Amino acid sequence: MTLGMLCGVILPLLILVAAVASAVRGVDAMDAVSHGAMTGLKVAAGILPGLVGLLVGVYMLRASGLLAVFSDGAGRLLSRVGLPGEIAPLLVVRPFSGSGAIATAAELMETHGPDSLVGRLAAVILGSSETTLYTANVCLNAAGVRRSRWALPVAMVTELAACGASAAAVLLMWG
Amino acid sequence: MLTYIWIAMVVLSVVYGAATGRIEAVGQGAMDGAKAAVNLCMAMLAPMCLWSGLTELLTRVGALGGLNRLLSPVMGRLFPEAKRHGDTALIAANIGANVLGLGNAATPLSIRASKALGKRCEGGVASAELCRLIVLNTASLQLLPMTVCSIRAGLGSEAPFDIVPAVWISSGAALCVGLGAMFLAEKLFGKGRKRK
Repeated sequence: MTLGMLCGVILPLLILVAAVASAVRGVDAMDAVSHGAMTGLKVAAGILPGLVGLLVGVYMLRASGLLAVFSDGAGRLLSRVGLPGEIAPLLVVRPFSGSGAIATAAELMETHGPDSLVGRLAAVILGSSETTLYTANVCLNAAGVRRSRWALPVAMVTELAACGASAAAVLLMWG
Repeated sequence: MLTYIWIAMVVLSVVYGAATGRIEAVGQGAMDGAKAAVNLCMAMLAPMCLWSGLTELLTRVGALGGLNRLLSPVMGRLFPEAKRHGDTALIAANIGANVLGLGNAATPLSIRASKALGKRCEGGVASAELCRLIVLNTASLQLLPMTVCSIRAGLGSEAPFDIVPAVWISSGAALCVGLGAMFLAEKLFGKGRKRK
């Protein structure tokens, strides 16, 4: 049984555990699930506006032929480390914008297919990194500090490591 | 900042498209882009709702509390000062929410944890512990990266979850690198003022 299949088993098991636990603890399962689904709806709906803006831009860029120019250039740089050039936009956007990263990664997955190398690479990069600057900013603002010392550089290092490790993992497993 | 990028993208596309005789295609591209965005959101809506519903149920049933109890000792070791002041529960809740993939719940929790640590930062300068919290938050430790899997499922992937082990490996590696870099920074810059 591959690890991937194992993860596919986790979902039904989790549902079982949750349902049984709710019966035991007297939690209204239906209410919880509907409540949560509403949250999910809001999250997806929240992603939509940014996604529209970004994909409009990306598709226009692609239709004009300019995207191919950029991708070729980036591609040549990235292929020196064995990576496909198409993920260059994702690497650039990732630390700065969460919805931008989702949009770019989703677009890559759609164009190249979710099970292609590029698609998997985009998925793993998206899943193992965070919108560094946004997250760090939230924490710093909440704490009320003005000088963040090494927090931001270290966060960026983590980000880079995530991208690098993603690439390594994907290339190892499916390259 | 994203605004400027977008403006540049759009302007450049129209100009370059006009110059290469593809301006109508660029206009079509705008429409296709909007359609693609809607299709994508529709595609990920179902898995997203399912997962959110499930995590809400798990939270109400007490899974988060259990996870926090597991995490607290670890947090105590990483955040000794917070432990002394009794803030480890807040930090554990923050990281726990991240781990369960409750992105939206995690943000207010991270704010609360940061506030608590911020009280002990002198003179508006981030303490070492606050930096640690930031690194942990930006390392994206997720048990099941649901957003990504939802997108893959919506796009017709054969096995949406099969990238999960890869995500674990790279998140783990990133966390190790991040923590290593952080401890290094603390050693090098932490006791800052004592030159000469």
